[in-house]
Amino acid sequence: MTMISSSRPRADRPGTDRPGADRPRTGRALTYALVIALALAIAVPVAWVLLASLKGKSEFFGSPWTLPKGLHLQNYADAFVTAHMGQYFLTSVFVTVLGLVLVLAVSVPAAYVIARYEFRGRRLVEIALLAGLFVNVNYIVVPIFLMLVDWDRALIDVFPGGFFIDNPAVLSLVYAATSIPFTIYLLTAYFRSIPVEYEEAAALDGASRFRIMVQVMLPMARPAVTTVILFDFLAYWNDFIIALTLLPGEGKTLQVGLLNLFTAQKAAADYGRLYAGMVIVIVPVLLLYAFIQRRLIEGIASGGVKG
Amino acid sequence: MTTLSTPPPGSTNRTSEQAPPDGSSRRGARSPAHRRGNTGFVLACLLPALVLFAVFMVIPTVNVFRTSLYTWGGFSPDKRFVGLDNFRHLLDDEQFVRAFQNTVALLVVVTVVTMGLGLFLAAIMTRQRLRGRNLYRFVLYIPNVLSVVVIAAIFSAVYDQKNGLLNGTLRLLSLDGLQQVWLGNQKLVLYSVAIAMVWQSLGYYMVLYMAGMSSIPEELYEASALDGACATRQFFAITLPLIWQSLRTTLTFFVMSAVNLSFVLVRAMTGGGPDGSSDVLLNYMYKQAYTNSSYGYGMAIGVVIFAFSFLVSLLVSRATRREPLQF
Repeated sequence: MTMISSSRPRADRPGTDRPGADRPRTGRALTYALVIALALAIAVPVAWVLLASLKGKSEFFGSPWTLPKGLHLQNYADAFVTAHMGQYFLTSVFVTVLGLVLVLAVSVPAAYVIARYEFRGRRLVEIALLAGLFVNVNYIVVPIFLMLVDWDRALIDVFPGGFFIDNPAVLSLVYAATSIPFTIYLLTAYFRSIPVEYEEAAALDGASRFRIMVQVMLPMARPAVTTVILFDFLAYWNDFIIALTLLPGEGKTLQVGLLNLFTAQKAAADYGRLYAGMVIVIVPVLLLYAFIQRRLIEGIASGGVKG
Repeated sequence: MTTLSTPPPGSTNRTSEQAPPDGSSRRGARSPAHRRGNTGFVLACLLPALVLFAVFMVIPTVNVFRTSLYTWGGFSPDKRFVGLDNFRHLLDDEQFVRAFQNTVALLVVVTVVTMGLGLFLAAIMTRQRLRGRNLYRFVLYIPNVLSVVVIAAIFSAVYDQKNGLLNGTLRLLSLDGLQQVWLGNQKLVLYSVAIAMVWQSLGYYMVLYMAGMSSIPEELYEASALDGACATRQFFAITLPLIWQSLRTTLTFFVMSAVNLSFVLVRAMTGGGPDGSSDVLLNYMYKQAYTNSSYGYGMAIGVVIFAFSFLVSLLVSRATRREPLQF
């Protein structure tokens, strides 16, 4: 807009230009101020947590705007060892990685077949999966939990200690299963956009159906696979409702561990350990985000399903 | 084979000139591999995903509906069919009504504020050549990658009564009178939750709207600028009508996040308190199903949530239907 009004000679439209000449400038300043204020409202609390994790106990009383006096790293030692955040970190890594492996192992072939093969019931499968997009996990955590308890009860002779509850691998399986609709939806759309000529050529060369899928189509679908991994990673890593329900025992994930620290802090006002714990949870995600932000944002722009 | 796996994107019509050797036309088949004997391959590819989907999504969903017709503690074998009794009790349950009202209030407030700010930011970022806009986009999107527990903890640091950022700042500015117990005041707590929800999702919607706006051709703006339209008028006359479809899509997302995000946030931040004043539907369902062990009753709440989010999405989508505009 400014570009156009400045490239035109002023004498051209004196009547329309003059009265608004000042308003856009102050308006522009105001909008900039608002954008900056919003960005600060997001950046400041996050940065404040990072800084506060270095404060000693006495520094939390008084003004929140003082900088930490030194590097009080004891908070981190407390969080990692005393609050078991180190151990929870490993559980989270295990659960997330296994969940991603499982969801890709079952979703890639299914998405490929749905995109490329005619078979009876294909329409039905597609509709069922589409409906699954609207079933949020939060609605069905309780029935899933009770179902697993039932299974444990049925198998009490084989596994007296229980197998399904408090098992990180089962948690991964539930993560994978509940993200199948979203994953297949994105992958199918991408597979459909790849021209069939590649497969025709590979088939002429005598490649088997399996080989065509794995060696021809999978590499071409890499952008979609990356997008799916990103979104599923965030969903698994950040979840706490399912983890809280399915791992009630000692082995917790990072988010549940943080929730415990958070609840304990309300009672004991042990801020340092809580903020250190938060930094341990935030930093890996923030680093990942910094590296892949473009791809993540493109993913939303194209598929945009996760709310 | 090896060259095929990484072909240049432009070379797609090389093989389309060749006729398939068996003479079958490509029209009917979706793929060259479409011959007899595919059933085994299709099943092998499809079954693992379908089994997992059925066991962990379809069956639990069906169970929500089925057990809403029973009184059942969840663990005991004592299970009694009561028909629609659970739903009838819901109407007299003040806590439930309150949770419902809170959910609707959050839906309205968060949608209006987030959508307004998101559209505003997206318009600024795409239309005005704002300096450092990649940095702003980066920062504004950060909350979306953080977990809800982290966000709850951040906001408890902001809202903390004695040493929190908000009250501390007010004290610094000698505005002590404005200090509040942000999460302990029954009248304020819902707004405190709403602010956290807006904080969390603003960047996400901004990015979605930016994607829609960036595809609007520049000529439209140039032409209207020649006619003397100012930026505000351009926004309402050009931008808004042309991204109407993505606005409608996000309305569905807003409904879902009002139900789900509000629950996870409330669960981590306030637990529904003080005294149920920040309770939301899913949180109340959780409480009934677990803490109170009225599993059947909890699932009746679940059914209401399903119906509510489905109906609202449907209504909103009907009410906002317009002829899609071409550009």
